[in-house]
Amino acid sequence: MDIFKLFNALPGACAQGLIWGIMAIGVYITYKVLDLADLTVDGTMTTGGAVCIMLMLNDCPVGLALLAAFGAGILAGFVTGLLHTVMGIPAILSGILTQLGLYSVNLRIMGGKANQAISVDKFNLLVSLRWVKGAPFYKNTIFTVCIFIVCIIAILYWFFGTELGCSIRATGSNPNMSRAQGINTDVNKILGLMLSNGIVALASGLYAQYQGFSDINAGRGAIVIGLAAVIIGQVVFGKIRGNFAFKLLSVALGAIIYYLVIQVVLWLGLNPNDLKLLSAIVVAVFLAIPYLKGKYFAKPVKKGGAPHA
Amino acid sequence: MLKIENIWKTFNVGTVNEKTALQGLSLTLREGDFVTVIGGNGAGKSTMLNAVAGVWPVDEGKLYIDNVDVTKLPEYKRAAYLGRVFQDPMTGTAANMQIQENLALALRRGKKRFLSIGITRSEREMYQEKLKVLGLGLEERMTSKVGLLSGGQRQALTLLMATLKKPKLLLLDEHTAALDPKTAAKVLEATDRIVGRDQLTTLMITHNMKDAIAHGNRLIMMHEGRVIYDVSGEEKKRLKVSDLLEKFEQASGGEFANDRMMLA
Repeated sequence: MDIFKLFNALPGACAQGLIWGIMAIGVYITYKVLDLADLTVDGTMTTGGAVCIMLMLNDCPVGLALLAAFGAGILAGFVTGLLHTVMGIPAILSGILTQLGLYSVNLRIMGGKANQAISVDKFNLLVSLRWVKGAPFYKNTIFTVCIFIVCIIAILYWFFGTELGCSIRATGSNPNMSRAQGINTDVNKILGLMLSNGIVALASGLYAQYQGFSDINAGRGAIVIGLAAVIIGQVVFGKIRGNFAFKLLSVALGAIIYYLVIQVVLWLGLNPNDLKLLSAIVVAVFLAIPYLKGKYFAKPVKKGGAPHA
Repeated sequence: MLKIENIWKTFNVGTVNEKTALQGLSLTLREGDFVTVIGGNGAGKSTMLNAVAGVWPVDEGKLYIDNVDVTKLPEYKRAAYLGRVFQDPMTGTAANMQIQENLALALRRGKKRFLSIGITRSEREMYQEKLKVLGLGLEERMTSKVGLLSGGQRQALTLLMATLKKPKLLLLDEHTAALDPKTAAKVLEATDRIVGRDQLTTLMITHNMKDAIAHGNRLIMMHEGRVIYDVSGEEKKRLKVSDLLEKFEQASGGEFANDRMMLA
């Protein structure tokens, strides 16, 4: 157990965490703002990378490829949104259906192959695991992804302060009240799902470049990692009273913490095959804590309950 | 103003719980009418309000607001004409949004929402003025989350939201039933003041017969999904609780005697 080995791995974990932080911000929009559990992201976390890598292999500039990845995610979110609102399928099931369908779509995008590699030497990538250490700062992947996160948070902060953004937040908070105030909750749910999946697909495009390949299984369990980041961010930074931008930032920081912890347990000798089990257990525990706290450690209330008015 | 024409609505069709809540209900409200609605449990009072608000489509009949046929309009579109306050204080406001954000949502009722700023500085000042009128000190807490407010405060805020943009019709669904008597009286007083000031056409359901008599210029009694008694003007002013109870007994054949309205 060489401590230097751990230190050596930390910048990489940090970069990965940041990219997944973007993804987790996407999950935050559905899970926290819209109050929907959207499982589409397991599919879109593959789709974005597939679209991005395939376009770049066909000489598309990186900016355009990422934009296309974003668009592909928006499309996937649109499908889930239609299934949920127009067809009346429960949100979780809608997401699972889209995600399953996307598996075939992703394979088609990648030309029928389960894996498509892209060489960092031959193509003009934006981020790569080769540029985590020793690269000039403006080319450093950590720096690049940080800029992405800052821009995304700024745009989302602005958007959720607009009339439309406010109405989307209201839709998640109280759909009955929203309709009574003339808000089309169905359209807003679809918009939120589109935005969320677009951001996830963008993260996916960056992640595929970072790894140097897109893989059909890149998104497996993505929702769990996204939720883990959201929950860790909430637990660690929840006590600090911050605005919406700070909440988004704490989600991104949550993702970094997640990857640093993973790095440490791997360094401690955990079999990498057991990682997904560990992730699932960690998320289950953190999701259960608020419920169990309320059930077994609630402060005693005066007889007759709290006064009503 | 509001015209309800022969509305029918049956819930849980084809099951043991099948219930025909509205049975050919018709009602016409004139501009500025403040109508109180009473009736036993299951008389169809809330169902009538939900039918007007468009929570679900009706089986039969027509609904007009201001001579516009709204029968087929979805709930969110009808909202342009309506202000609504619900029985449950949790229903009318978004708990994890700020007081001023809730008001801003209400101000934009019936307007298309795009990418302009969600709440402007000048409207903030306007909200402050309006909140001051409620006399609950909410003007000092404009950025507090609504979830932190008490039930009475939330109902008062919902009432303000429902009337912030003058609605063609105000629907109050037992909006004081979940409050303690003192708070309920306060909210009712605010209701009277706002309805009087803006000359709002209002439908107010209540379980309290005294309130039904004391407020508004017209009173209707419902039974089995229909209006069975409609009184207004001088005649309503002379009405006593005992008269209403008698009417009820006639309509329901005495079975009404153990209803909770007896307590009124």
